[in-house]
Amino acid sequence: MSIAELVKGGERTASGRGDAVTTLAASKPSPARRAKNALATGAVVAAVVLTAVPLTLVIWAAIRRGSERLDLTLFTHSMRGVVGAGGGLLHALTGTLLITAATAAIAIPLGLSTAIYLTEYGSGGRLAAITRRAVDIMVSIPSIVAGLAAYALFSLLLGPGTRSGLAGAVALAMIMIPVVVRSSEEVLRLVPADLREAGLALGSPKWRVIRKIVLPTALPGLTAGAVLGVARIIGETAPLLLVAGFTDAMNYNLAEGRMATLPVFIYTQWSSKGLDTAAYDQRAWAGALVLMAVVVVLQLAARALPPQIAKIRRNR
Amino acid sequence: MRLGKIKQVALWATAGLVVAALAGCAANEAAEGAAGASKSSDGTNDEQLSGQLNGAGASSQSAAQEAWKAGFISLQSDVTVNYDPVGSGTGREQFTAGGLGFVGTDAPFSADEASGGGQASCAADSPLVEVPVYISPIVVAFNLDGIDELKLAPAVIADIFTGKITNWNDPAIAADNSGVELPDLKISPVHRSDKSGTTGNFTDYLAATAPDNWTAGETEEWPAEGGEGAEKTQGMVEALTAGNGAIGYVDAGQAASLSWASIKVGTEWVAASAEGAAKAVAESSLEEGRGEGDVVYELNRTTDAAGAYPLILVSYLAACEKYEDAETGKLVAAYFKYVTSDDGQQAAAANAGSAPLTAEEGLSAKVSAAVARIGA
Amino acid sequence: MTDSRVAVSGGPAGRRSYGERVFSGSMKGAAIAVALILVGVLVFLAAKGGPAFGDGEGDLPAHATNFLALALPLAFGSVWVAVVALLFAALPAIGVALAATIYAPSARFGRFLGAVLDLLAAVPSVVFGLWGLKVLAPAMVPLFEWLHAKLGWLPFFSGDPSVTGRTVLTASVVVAVMILPIMAAMCRESFALTPPALIEAAYALGATRWEMVRSAVLPVARSGIVAGGMLGLGRALGETMAVAMVLSATPDLISFNVISSENPSTIAAFIASTFPESTGSRVNALIALGLVLFGISLLVSIAGRRIAKKGAQA
Repeated sequence: MSIAELVKGGERTASGRGDAVTTLAASKPSPARRAKNALATGAVVAAVVLTAVPLTLVIWAAIRRGSERLDLTLFTHSMRGVVGAGGGLLHALTGTLLITAATAAIAIPLGLSTAIYLTEYGSGGRLAAITRRAVDIMVSIPSIVAGLAAYALFSLLLGPGTRSGLAGAVALAMIMIPVVVRSSEEVLRLVPADLREAGLALGSPKWRVIRKIVLPTALPGLTAGAVLGVARIIGETAPLLLVAGFTDAMNYNLAEGRMATLPVFIYTQWSSKGLDTAAYDQRAWAGALVLMAVVVVLQLAARALPPQIAKIRRNR
Repeated sequence: MRLGKIKQVALWATAGLVVAALAGCAANEAAEGAAGASKSSDGTNDEQLSGQLNGAGASSQSAAQEAWKAGFISLQSDVTVNYDPVGSGTGREQFTAGGLGFVGTDAPFSADEASGGGQASCAADSPLVEVPVYISPIVVAFNLDGIDELKLAPAVIADIFTGKITNWNDPAIAADNSGVELPDLKISPVHRSDKSGTTGNFTDYLAATAPDNWTAGETEEWPAEGGEGAEKTQGMVEALTAGNGAIGYVDAGQAASLSWASIKVGTEWVAASAEGAAKAVAESSLEEGRGEGDVVYELNRTTDAAGAYPLILVSYLAACEKYEDAETGKLVAAYFKYVTSDDGQQAAAANAGSAPLTAEEGLSAKVSAAVARIGA
Repeated sequence: MTDSRVAVSGGPAGRRSYGERVFSGSMKGAAIAVALILVGVLVFLAAKGGPAFGDGEGDLPAHATNFLALALPLAFGSVWVAVVALLFAALPAIGVALAATIYAPSARFGRFLGAVLDLLAAVPSVVFGLWGLKVLAPAMVPLFEWLHAKLGWLPFFSGDPSVTGRTVLTASVVVAVMILPIMAAMCRESFALTPPALIEAAYALGATRWEMVRSAVLPVARSGIVAGGMLGLGRALGETMAVAMVLSATPDLISFNVISSENPSTIAAFIASTFPESTGSRVNALIALGLVLFGISLLVSIAGRRIAKKGAQA
């Protein structure tokens, strides 16, 4: 608390003075100004500490509690037929990977194509304006509302109470599409116009210029955007709880039946326990650790995809 | 460059992860199919069945169902049993709408619904079989530094949860707890904020035993003003674990780490126990006007039988006497037989902390007779 | 709808090759699909949730007598938790963003801090939920007592403090930790856009680093900071699992007290906890609540964009 007040206090005193650049003409800062500067630096350091502390605690808790059950069984077993201790999360890990892959398969092509349309074809047009507005609105869809929408859609199509991995992927795609559109659009705009014009001047049709010049140039940024989108949805719990449900056995079929996912696995291990509560808590924390590891590995892997992409990224 | 190497490793790790997760079946699932056949000779089920049995309903049973599913597939390795803890009401609606083999429910079907017809999951005009399978004591649990035993009469409990008694050193509490040094501390009553069978049974108990102090009647959604509302059983447990001075009500199976209060039954003080819970069911009478396979109890909350603990939750399994599909009937009959057997009840007791109904012979006989009607 | 008109105005179709038409057509198709998805979301929600707006007692969860009585306290709770979380997260987010840009001792450190923030934005909310209820909530109780003793005259800290720690304050701290990386990332982006000439000019005039930040960096980035805050607020409004796990809620309560054992619930947490055991008209009521939440977060994002635009013009 005291640190936050310090920051606030620093700002308040500073705002009392005129802040135009011209008032700072003195060549050597007075002690008061130097003190204020030091205070501000201190506040920035404090902000970093204040941020780092809870986040470190969260990660530390996940590592410490999660490693209690980080054994081989965890990755080779599902929860089918498991009573009390033991069991694993293979079914949830598989479900998360399948649903995430399905979500990406919906959201990345759709989002990227939309971004290409917005930057290369439709700029200034009416459809582009409408789509851009739609994307703006979609960004503000809370994830649980996306889950409700997917539920409403699938219950209209297949009757109430349907749960499936696909419904989960549809809900998550609603969250991921705007992320992909926005980041892709930004990256595509960064591609120099000269490159496009050079291609067009050589007589290539526009679509070939886009495919052969614009997209390869933007690839690292596009990949980063896609990974950002995946990272945004892979830990989503609420929509999956509503439409993908939970099961304790393997399910490879996205189209039918409930499918377990890591976030929902963590939640259910915490929320419905048997007598041996410690075993359930351990599995929950182990699930949290695995989920976080999956996210970290995904992000690092995306940066490594082709080495030259990483190189371009670093130069950017 | 070192960073580059880490990223390369990460890339391969991702690939490995995907391959491992997508290619491999779960070790436990593959093993069952192969090893199960050898187990078929022992056990009560002579005939080996196969197929899928779908049930849904009360979440209170989920830990017990976990144990039953595991125990049942160790006898019938080719059968898959699914239980969806969607809640009692939703489970009953799904059963009536069709497509479920059985349903678990904290509140039984009405006598009318159970008497026959109108259940799309059953053969036409088939009456329902309903049996109590999960009997769980509900404990009044509290967190007070240095105190692990308390005696609380129903009227006192009602006054605490309605906010009339607000301090632990209140004379009403002290009167029943001579020798206990009650602290001068605010009471923080915690109730369930979600709709739950536990709340339903707790309020039913208070309404029956302390009607003057508890006027809200029986309700699955907490009716009273004030108090902390905790989400689900685990929210309640976390709140009681963290809060000095907190008091709440929890299924006994989830309350092992908390202190339990004894409640007043007749003139005795009784602590929650599996035997006491089964005894309280045995002391209750069957609800009248129901069919022979419809074993539904009207719980006697005001019993004064020695050792009975009437603050209990009784959850039922419901099924049809006749199914359109005879195979489903066989599966349901075998599953119910296992669940109500001593093995099944002991398995539930070990994982969920419930009271085995087989502890009471009269109860057990009625249940077995009802189960025998399924698919017969 | 407007498809045909747009297609005609697309360009001189006759001169374009087959491949060009297929490619540009499918790109346009995607854009139309995205717009239609949004329309679909609204239609499905309205179709399922619409009837609930007129519902009376019995059709609604939690003993509400009409839809407004159900939605109003929950909407209040959503906004209240989100605003308190924003108050906690705003200054640290700006500070961290400054540390990653202007104050970074090296570009490498700035990049490192940025990467760490990206990573933290991806920590799943259930993990925060677990941490909040197992670790943070018990640790907050002494703080509540202190706040009540020292600041009990404020409505936020009056009344008996909770002994379980599962209060609005705890939930807000958890949500603040979750939205902090998102807000910091936005601020970092806009700080990085400060024209170097402006920074150099400030230094040339003898400004200290802090004076440079105040006079050059913050004014330029103001709209970015506001936009980041609004993004964080929007995310906080929609946060579900962490709140549902950490907060002990009374769904029909409106209260500004942040340390009481009685707390308002939020729309998202209420939906998540009630949905699995709801049927029929109660599901419709929850979907209607989802529409209300959508409306609130839409208002927030529109407001954010307005302010950002105004800042850009000034």
